[in-house]
Order: sequence, then C-alpha cells, then structure tokens
Amino acid sequence: MSNGRDGYLIEGVRRLGSVALFLLRLLAQCVPALARPQLLVQQIYNAGARSLIIIMLSGLFVGMVLGLQGYDLLQRFGSEEALGTAAALGLLRELAPVITALLFAGRAGTALTSEIGLMRATDQLTAMEIMAVDPLRYVAAPRFLGGVIAMPLLTAIFSVIGLYGAQLVGVQLMRVDRGVFWSQTQSSVALHDVSEGLVKSLVFGIACSLIAVYEGYNAPPTAEGVGLATTRTVVASSVITLLLDYVLTAAFL
Amino acid sequence: MVEVRDVHYAIGGHEIFSGLDLTARRGRITAIMGPSGAGKTTLLRLITAQNFADRGRVTVFGRDLATTGQREIYALRTRMGMLFQNGALLTDMDVFENVAFPVREHTDLPEALIRKLVLTKLQAVGLRGAAWLMPAELSGGMARRVALARAIVMDPELLIYDEPFTGLDPISLGMILRLIKRMNEALGITSIVVSHDVQELATIADDSYLLSGGRIAAHGTPQELRASDSAVVRQFMTGGAEGPVAFHYPAPDYAEQLFETDEP
Repeated sequence: MSNGRDGYLIEGVRRLGSVALFLLRLLAQCVPALARPQLLVQQIYNAGARSLIIIMLSGLFVGMVLGLQGYDLLQRFGSEEALGTAAALGLLRELAPVITALLFAGRAGTALTSEIGLMRATDQLTAMEIMAVDPLRYVAAPRFLGGVIAMPLLTAIFSVIGLYGAQLVGVQLMRVDRGVFWSQTQSSVALHDVSEGLVKSLVFGIACSLIAVYEGYNAPPTAEGVGLATTRTVVASSVITLLLDYVLTAAFL
Repeated sequence: MVEVRDVHYAIGGHEIFSGLDLTARRGRITAIMGPSGAGKTTLLRLITAQNFADRGRVTVFGRDLATTGQREIYALRTRMGMLFQNGALLTDMDVFENVAFPVREHTDLPEALIRKLVLTKLQAVGLRGAAWLMPAELSGGMARRVALARAIVMDPELLIYDEPFTGLDPISLGMILRLIKRMNEALGITSIVVSHDVQELATIADDSYLLSGGRIAAHGTPQELRASDSAVVRQFMTGGAEGPVAFHYPAPDYAEQLFETDEP
C-alpha cells in the first residue's frame, strides 16, 4: 500500500520535473519562434479564431443564466439594480477566465495534443530533426505562444458577450432599468477587476497550452497513446485551471 | 564518412548491438541488410544522432557524435538527408512546400530560385505534376518519392535510405534504384541503404553488411556475400526458414500450449 503510494508520488514528482524542463526548453525556443510571425498568426487563428463560436455561445448562455440567477437572488433583498455589478464582477473576475480555459482545453487543447501526437506517430517530428529543424521551435513554440495569446482575447470576448447576455435577461426580460444596469456596472467595476481576469486568463493560457503541447510532444507514437494523451490534456488542464483559480483568487483578495 | 566502432546499445535491458563495427566510405553505396528486428532502423537512429550508443563510437563526417553538442549535431544534419520508410511528409503542407521546407528553413534564397530548385527535384522523381497535391492525396509510393525529393533538395553529402523499396511498384522501384545509383555516380553522394531486399541492393551496392544477432554477420560486395558459406548469410540470401536465424519468436512447446487446459 505504502509502496503504491510512494510509486504514485515519485511518478508525480517525475512528471512535474519533466513538464518544468519541457517548459524551460520551450521558453528558450519562444524568442526564435516570435521571429516567424506567420507561424504564430496561424496558431493564434487555430487556437483562437476557431474557438470563437463555442466561446461566444457559451458566454451568451452563461451571461443569461447569471442574469436570471442574479435577478432572482438580488430581488429577494430588493436590490435588483445591482444586477449589472454582480454580472460584470462575476464574469470579469471569475466565470469568463475559468470557463474560457475549460472550453479552451476541450476545443483547442485536445486539437493541439492530437495534432502534435500524430506528427510524432507519423515521424514528422523526427523528419524535422533530421532536416536540422528543431520541432520545439517550429511546432511546439508557435502553438504554445498561440494558445497563450489567444486565451486572454477569448476571455475578453466571453466577458463582453456574457455581460450582453446578462443585460438581455435583466433589462429586456426582467425589466431592470437599462440606465441603472449600465451605470452600476460602470461605477463598480475597477481596473483591478479587469486586471484580475486578465492575469487569470494569461496564467490559464500558459498552463493549458503547456499541458496540451507537452502531452502531444511526449505522446507514445500509437493510436492508443495519442488518445490517452488527449484525455490527459483535458483532465489535467481542467484540474490545474480550477486549482490555479483558487490560488489566484486568494492572491487577489 | 560514417564509422561505427565497437558499438553496444540496449533498449530496456534488451541488447540490440554488442560490438558492432561498420564503415560507410565516401562516395560509395553501403547496404545494410538483415532480418526484421535485427536493429537496422536503430542503427540509423545512432548514425543520425537521434540515439546515442551505450558504449563504442559513432563518427559522422569525422565527428564523434557522443562528444558533439546539440548545435553542432544540427549543423551536421544539414549535410545529410534521410528517406523515411513511410515518407514522413508534413501533412499540413502540399508537395511543393514539403520539398521546399528545408530550403526555406536553412537558406534565404529568393522565391524564384526556390521554385526552380523544387521543381527540378520533383522532376527527378517524376512528380513535378503533383506539386500542388496534399500528402493525403498521394499513394504510398508517391509519398516516398516526394520524401526522396525533399531529402536531396539541399544536395546532401550523405543520404540515408530506410527501407526505400518496400511497397513500391516495379516502375517506381526501378526509378528509385536508378536515382540512388545516379546521385551516387554523378554527385558523389555517399549513400547508406537499409533494406532487406537482397536482389535490389545487389544491383547498386558497393559494400554490403549483414546484420544479425547484434553484430555484423558478414561484410563484402553483394557478390562476395552471395558466395559466402556462412550459414547465416546463406539463410538470409536464399530466404530459408530453417537456419541460425529463428523464424519463430521464442515460445513454449507448440503442442503443449495448444492442448493445455489452464489459462495461457
């Protein structure tokens, strides 16, 4: 029993060390990768633009639910005019970065892992190495940077659409005064709240992109190996996102 | 050009090479033959510095790979080309871009020159007309030919072929054989061809090595190998099922296993 526990612990530490070393190697390749803007733009498009529909739809529905729940809760205390504040703060500081990261892991993260894993399985990464092209620089770094850049942008879009959804329900459906909704929102949201969401989304972007690229790069070159790596990407990204969210929230309060 | 001296190499405790010696001389075609699982592809991984020998020395272009830094290994690799068994084309680029890939990565040549260079190499492998196809639209043989065009586009000094003849139709096979020979004769490219297609190799190879049991079982010209009276060489050259190279993986007694009632 204790051996099993020790085994898991050792494996966990080994994995953590391996991810940390991979991150260092990746960061060293990020500067040369920045010199190839067309590769980076392609990856921002893949991770960002291709996730837009799911992010916008989710943002709209999350905002609408927030509007409904917020209105129901606030009207019990006779303060439904604070709906704008509640929705904006909830979205900017918490819901937008977290849900965007979870959706990103499911949509873009899995695509990254399976793409890189299949490149490994079909010898494409080895072929690059033999052609004296470092796959970390050509394949991994642009995808990692693309994810890191795309995440805050997607989070911002999620927040805006979410707020519109909350407004749709609060103002159009529940008849909260439009002026009050927006003026309360404007007066209560500080730069600090926006930067909290921004920092969170950036950290989640680094974590989710790193996990996705790492898992793909180190996936066993088999169909089963790539499948398992893709699953690990979603599970690890989701857990790490929620863990980091707690740590960052505590740090910001 | 390539020297392998007393190389020992094991994967997961399983010994692949135990004192391997081999030389691929400049400007010659060296064939490395051997049964499946003899470690032919592993040997290529050692020569291209993807893996490193546990013991012994692998020297390429006069440099001992074990003591060469990563940056220099990349510099050495710009002087070599490799044809992969499955082609290993980059699937998000068309044929033209695949062949142009190393040129774009390592040179600042103008686009017009890259175009000429790539079309010339594609013409050499008979696929100039397929320049705008994606790898998924190519047959296995065509993909291999594109990969060959990509391997020679930087005019390497050393070309390594991993099972270049497997799955090719007779026309493509003949073309690849002639191409290997022509590049060797006209451009003086040193070639290492790993294959178990004895007949094909015999027509082009200058030196042949037969790999078996983690060592070189025989070495010489294809004619010398064919005339060898070594049991291993004779079994391999004639394709015999019986001989020192076991066809069957080690297993318990066949009849006993078939009729045993317990779980295997």
